[in-house]
Amino acid sequence: MQEQLKELQTAAIQKVEQSANLKELNEVRVAYLGKKSPITEVLRGMGKLSAGERPKMGALVNEVRERITEKIEQKQKELEDAAVFEKLASETIDVTLPGRPLKEGNHHPLTKIIEEIEDLFIGMGYQVAEGPEVEQDYYNFEALNLPKGHPARDMQDSFYITEEILLRTHTSPVQARTMEKNKGKGPIKIICPGKVYRRDNDDATHSHQFMQIEGLVVGENIRMSDLKGTLEVFAKKMFGKDREIRLRPSFFPFTEPSVEMDISCKICGGTGCSVCKKTGWIEILGAGMVHPNVLEMAGYDSKKYTGFAFGMGPERIAMLKYGVDDIRHFYTNDVRFLKQFSAHE
Amino acid sequence: MFVSYKWLQEYVDLSGVTAEELAQKVTKSGIEVEGVEVLNEGIMGVVIGYILEREQHPNADKLSKCLVDIGGEQPIQIICGAKNVAKGQKVAVATVGAVLPGNFKIKKAKLRGEESNGMICSLQELGMEGKIIPKEYSEGIFVFPADAPVGTDAIELLNRDDAVLELGLTPNRADCLSMLGVAYEVAAILNREVKLPQIDLNPAQEKASDYIKINVEAKEDNPLYVAKVIKNVKIGPSPLWMQTRLMSAGIRPHNNVVDITNYILLEYGQPLHAFDYDRLGSKEILVRRAKEGETIQTLDDVNRTLTSDHLVITNGDEPVAIAGVMGGANSEVTSDTTTVLLESAYFNGGTVRKASKDHGLRSEASARFEKGVDPNRVRPAGDRAAYLMAKYANGEVLEGSVEVDTLTIQPSVVSITLEKINRVLGMNLSVNEVKDIFDRLQFEVSLDQERITVTVPTRRGDITIEEDLIEEVARLYGYDNIPKTLPIGSTTPGKLSDYQKKRRVVRRYLEGAGLYQATTYSLTSEDKVSQYALEDREPIRLAMPMSEDRSMLRQSIVPQLLEALKYNSARKNDSLGVYETGAVFLSNGQDVQPDEEEHVAAAITGIWHSHLWQGEKKSVDFFVLKGIVEGLFNKLGFTEKVAYVQAKMDGMHPGRTAEIQFAGERIGFIGQIHPSVQKELDLKETFAFELKLKTVLEAENGPLQYVAIPRFPSMTRDIALVVDIETVSSQLKEIIFTTGAPLLKEVTVFDLYEGEHMEEGKKSIAFSLNYLDPERTLTDEEVTKVHEKVLEALKDKAGAVLRG
Repeated sequence: MQEQLKELQTAAIQKVEQSANLKELNEVRVAYLGKKSPITEVLRGMGKLSAGERPKMGALVNEVRERITEKIEQKQKELEDAAVFEKLASETIDVTLPGRPLKEGNHHPLTKIIEEIEDLFIGMGYQVAEGPEVEQDYYNFEALNLPKGHPARDMQDSFYITEEILLRTHTSPVQARTMEKNKGKGPIKIICPGKVYRRDNDDATHSHQFMQIEGLVVGENIRMSDLKGTLEVFAKKMFGKDREIRLRPSFFPFTEPSVEMDISCKICGGTGCSVCKKTGWIEILGAGMVHPNVLEMAGYDSKKYTGFAFGMGPERIAMLKYGVDDIRHFYTNDVRFLKQFSAHE
Repeated sequence: MFVSYKWLQEYVDLSGVTAEELAQKVTKSGIEVEGVEVLNEGIMGVVIGYILEREQHPNADKLSKCLVDIGGEQPIQIICGAKNVAKGQKVAVATVGAVLPGNFKIKKAKLRGEESNGMICSLQELGMEGKIIPKEYSEGIFVFPADAPVGTDAIELLNRDDAVLELGLTPNRADCLSMLGVAYEVAAILNREVKLPQIDLNPAQEKASDYIKINVEAKEDNPLYVAKVIKNVKIGPSPLWMQTRLMSAGIRPHNNVVDITNYILLEYGQPLHAFDYDRLGSKEILVRRAKEGETIQTLDDVNRTLTSDHLVITNGDEPVAIAGVMGGANSEVTSDTTTVLLESAYFNGGTVRKASKDHGLRSEASARFEKGVDPNRVRPAGDRAAYLMAKYANGEVLEGSVEVDTLTIQPSVVSITLEKINRVLGMNLSVNEVKDIFDRLQFEVSLDQERITVTVPTRRGDITIEEDLIEEVARLYGYDNIPKTLPIGSTTPGKLSDYQKKRRVVRRYLEGAGLYQATTYSLTSEDKVSQYALEDREPIRLAMPMSEDRSMLRQSIVPQLLEALKYNSARKNDSLGVYETGAVFLSNGQDVQPDEEEHVAAAITGIWHSHLWQGEKKSVDFFVLKGIVEGLFNKLGFTEKVAYVQAKMDGMHPGRTAEIQFAGERIGFIGQIHPSVQKELDLKETFAFELKLKTVLEAENGPLQYVAIPRFPSMTRDIALVVDIETVSSQLKEIIFTTGAPLLKEVTVFDLYEGEHMEEGKKSIAFSLNYLDPERTLTDEEVTKVHEKVLEALKDKAGAVLRG
């Protein structure tokens, strides 16, 4: 009987091994462990055994059943794994195919420049001031030390609507308005971005509409050295730490002394090339100490208060920074142009 | 202003400073040198030759065979094509081996069988511009004065071994519109002396006052008029050195008298005018405002009609010059002139500007008057010109000058403390350092301890206040030497306003939603200005537009965006979305600033989404754009306040346009661009919206508040309703909400069906209704009770029946 059981075990394990799929394996299970299986038969025949042999035999039968069960489970797992593997293998995709594109736009390069500058100055304690694009002659010129008939008005041919109302030619009227609003009191630290307009024919370097961003600081002890330090922080942040800055004396009716700032040319590194007109320097912005007439006109005591102001053109900065060669690109809104400015630097 | 380096040496010692170095220094001290032009572009081997013989080339009509002495052992033969070549001329000869501009090398050649050992040069061939070459030589070779030494370097004689500095002058530095002004500036920079030009008048017995009377009627326009008379002049070419200096400054030489007036203009910055005394027609000069409609023929042979805004020089009767602008043809100096009436005057800048602007006559003279000449140079300039006319035009200067002088000249005296200079600059200069700078500028300084009082010469009319002195100190001390600091003391918090922050949120959201930010022009054309405008206001027109396309201020942004889509579409980018935030302009009437309202607008066209290999392709439609707008309001916390109401609008599809209401107020629109407009712009189906951004960003949206996440399950009931085709979903939703409250929390449209199997004029619309009580689990009966009420209300109020 023992031998019979051993043979059954060997035969069953062999069948299990030979099962090619779950169905065959189940047939083996039914054949060897089911109600009509030979092992069950052996169990049924146990009654004929002596009381002393019965437990021994029972243990043996159970052991055989366990062995077979174990083997079946092992095989079943193997077969299932293989099935899963096969299924997954059949699901293989080409991972090099393009993904489902996210719809994505991006900001205009001038916004990028302006927001960068705003954030830089906000970090230094500035607020962002804005003002109307259609201005009164007073704020655009007179309050800025450009009385009617002043020769420097020639410098900025303007779009007038009536004799007293015009499209602002610079963002400086925002300075005049902010000072007036502050009623002779400091400190003021503002940056003023916005659109401005001049009577220029549109070409590669001129646009009748363009952006400007100005800064103004007024306080009781504002020095020209503060202007220089501030401009250097700006230039290095905007154009890179390795760029040199140079201040040159200049003239603007609303500042005295006046300054023009150059940065060393990135293209040639300062040795002179066509971009910097062989000078090694590129003009970036105009600045100066606020003219006492401008302070007084806005209600500030110029004996007590001093200030500095600076102004620059985001188009020019973008052109230099990104190598854009035609100012008109900023206003034609060609998507092939616009989409080039989405990446963060 | 063009400044010849060689000429400048006449007034300041430039030894040890090259033209390039000088340019650097001048730029750093405040006058930008925009370029340094080296005149001799590598020219070598050009000498003065004397034409011994000239005969016709035997084989060519247009060529001459010349025998030229160039100072060598033997004269050489040169074939020359110039028409004006003649025996006895002194000319520039490029000898064999010479190099001309553009690295053009001269070789021995045979021209039509005749040997040529060089080339007789025109000034153009020596690299000079045609427009500055004396007229008689502009078509041929240049003839040198008879005393030009044979064999010497022609380039040197032409002063082409020179460099010209081009100064970019700001309006305040009109003093540097003269060689003397530049000399003072350079002397201050280099700390050297200024040498003044020579004036050595040796007047005749006769008095100028016997020849001419001067009357000035318009004294405000002309506070100083000085006339001199020079007799017996012989008109001819001016000396070569003078001609070359004029040419280096960009002025074409004419004759000695005219050249001298131009030379003085450049040297002193004082414009002069020479009249032919005998052609004046009287012995009187009267300066007055022109009569309305009076005419004058100016030197350029143009007849000009004058107004009472213009100042004229008259012979007592009729105009002989427009003051400070241009002389009249009737009194012009010609080759026959023998007596010159020389005018040196101070004209009011504004008066001159008006005339030069009205007549479109911008001259070297008017530019200087406009910016203000140095009143103290009026007389010396006249004297120096008279001296030169005596010397180089064989003239006899009559005794004295005839003047009308009502000009009070007061040099400005400005006083400042050392403390103020240092405070404004953030520096620590000593009183001696400051005084030294003013000394170098040749400003008179007096010191009272730390108070510095400066008397500014009249040539520097730009210096009137303390700050001007600070600038002089700073620029000559060197901006490089100013320290770098940051402002100290009380300050302001750096931040964006709430409005500005929210505007950035709007921009980032729209970009994230797939739109490119556009920047378009505010100026537009009359036919576009009011298209898609949200307000009905009078459009604003520029007084003097540059073109009709850019003549009016936009009242809406959408037309500009459609223009941008059209531009891209024409370049094969026909699937695209753009947006812009910016001002529109609404008139408040004449002479008042308009309202500037910030709007946001967007336009989308073509395919919105495509992923072709997965078979996905979706064109833009109303709901793509509406989704973007809904998301925008959601982002700003305003979902509840917004409603979309079917609307009609010019230029928009009549059935696919909605008015956008915000808290009950119309603040924008959304919809499809009218197919006829799409066609006109060559666009595919295009959708757009425009909103009054300012209204939205200025509205209060309340603080963010957390709502507890429900702990109890909700129950969903789906219903499909059959309604009239005109019934809109928002109406049904409204009924469902009001009846289903408070248990009903959410209603979602999940199906819409029109067409087959539906009764004519009906449609089916399906909603998913979500019921919830945050406090407990709802029972089926409770929900059914409310749900039945909802269905009943739908039937009563909208005739909606459940779809069978």
